[in-house]
Amino acid sequence: MAEKYWNPQIETAPLHEMKALQSYRLSAKIREVYEKVPHYRKKMDEAGVKPEDIRSVEDLHLLPFTSKQDLRDTYPYGMFARPVEEVVRIHASSGTTGKQTVVGYTDHDIGIWSECTARALTAAGGDKNDFVHVSYGYGLFTGGFGLHCGAELIKATVIPVSVGNTKRQIQIMKDFGSTILCCTPSYALYLGETLEEMGISTDEIHLKAGIFGAEPWTEGMRRTIEKKLGIRAFDIYGLSEVIGPGVAFECSEQTGMHINEDHFIPEIIDPDTGEVLPEGEQGELVFTAITKEALPLMRYRTKDIAVLSRKKCSCGRTLIKLSKPQGRSDDMLIIRGVNVFPSQVESVLLDLGLTAPHYVLIVDRVDNKDRLEIKVEMSGEMFSDAVRHIEETEAVIQRAVESTLGISAKVTLVEPKSLERAEGKSKRVIDNRVYD
Amino acid sequence: MFIKQISVFVENKAGRLAEITGLLERNNIDIRALSIADTRDFGILRLIVNDPDTAEKVLKDAGFTVSLTQVIAIGVNDEPGGLASAMKTLYENKISVEYMYAFISRTDKTAFVILRVEDNEKAIEVLKKFHIKVLTSEDLYTL
Repeated sequence: MAEKYWNPQIETAPLHEMKALQSYRLSAKIREVYEKVPHYRKKMDEAGVKPEDIRSVEDLHLLPFTSKQDLRDTYPYGMFARPVEEVVRIHASSGTTGKQTVVGYTDHDIGIWSECTARALTAAGGDKNDFVHVSYGYGLFTGGFGLHCGAELIKATVIPVSVGNTKRQIQIMKDFGSTILCCTPSYALYLGETLEEMGISTDEIHLKAGIFGAEPWTEGMRRTIEKKLGIRAFDIYGLSEVIGPGVAFECSEQTGMHINEDHFIPEIIDPDTGEVLPEGEQGELVFTAITKEALPLMRYRTKDIAVLSRKKCSCGRTLIKLSKPQGRSDDMLIIRGVNVFPSQVESVLLDLGLTAPHYVLIVDRVDNKDRLEIKVEMSGEMFSDAVRHIEETEAVIQRAVESTLGISAKVTLVEPKSLERAEGKSKRVIDNRVYD
Repeated sequence: MFIKQISVFVENKAGRLAEITGLLERNNIDIRALSIADTRDFGILRLIVNDPDTAEKVLKDAGFTVSLTQVIAIGVNDEPGGLASAMKTLYENKISVEYMYAFISRTDKTAFVILRVEDNEKAIEVLKKFHIKVLTSEDLYTL
């Protein structure tokens, strides 16, 4: 089957043309943010960089980095480069503290986002004849709306199912004729398993492809999903600070994701020194959004560890390729598609009036589903001679953790000083999941 | 009339009970009675010892989570129905038992029951009124 592109001119552009486009857009965007975002002006002044110093992508390294901390310091709208009346949509993701990381979109930005996910859907074989079944959550989370707008752009038929009620999802899939499924890979697997349980064969449903992202998954998982659902499974990458899903997407070669670099310039840096690393080396992924209006982040540190490659791709796209992220440079965990910071658990315990106890988050993947257990060291105030009271304490912590993190967790109280400590500082995360 | 009970939080892992009992042995502490409440992940070891204050200190110093709880000890006839009548009395007087455990003496035909109830004062008042023998710490330690 011939490869289809949504925007062939951009997706197969020669490198020098892409660099010229990036340079033009970058220098214009830098002038704009310097003028419109006081926080950027201050940062650039402190770094001794003027907008006119940035004339091409080769000058990008001169700019200071942006991080989640900048968004927190300017919460909620301080980093916006457009007045809020031009903003047509707000999304948000969980932050390391109680505060959300807030992102905004102008009408134009929604257009860019639609373009990005339209490219992803087209690369997965989608067109106007398809029924796009979106089982990502709709809401502040960018997953649902991101794929939704791209599916509308390609004139496919969107089925905005959102999350939950798996049996009903399968009924809809069967009856409405869903052909492309969009959700987290773990939910795709769950759907596959439920299909088996319900005794429905893949011939009875019409799915041909799936676009799965928002959490780490393995090649093994890909094969299992493809078999269980009778589809080809494609990876998609994104983060709300940059735009949401669609920053990068996979093609028929299935060996990494093409970055929509006409909108987001990627860099790989050494997370410790901030030095830019050459193509092919592993490091922290950094993005500069050169077309967005509301929140054009400059050199935003994603904390994702990955590799970039310009190796020729059999699909014909020349867009730079991103390896599947190989981990994080901070302690953020992605569990069932939800960002979890260990510090959130600590704030829950403190809010419950428990004096800063030691705890550890243990993540396992059992039957292809993520499972979170939180071990908390028992202190005198939590102890009782009655089992009932201790179990109540566990339940109280569990409910509070679940409502803060937004995912279920098992809470286990353990003996004091029993959790491992490294150089006096306790280890907060044990991730037993295997990544390819 | 109250007895001091030592409660220790014990994770379900090998060697913990050996460690606790060894610690008591080295400090010359004699165990009069014990029970373990166990759940899937942890247990609570409850001990009646001849020197609860020392026991509490050595266990705490060793890093265990320990608490001292006031419980009641009663003596009943070591024969069928001996315990039943005491339980009936508590039930009829609306005293609910959180947990209990029993042991027998070496000398006479008495069985002893450690009771953990919500309201110790009221329980003792009821027990005494119905002529059930309530033991003091001294009674227990000199058994």
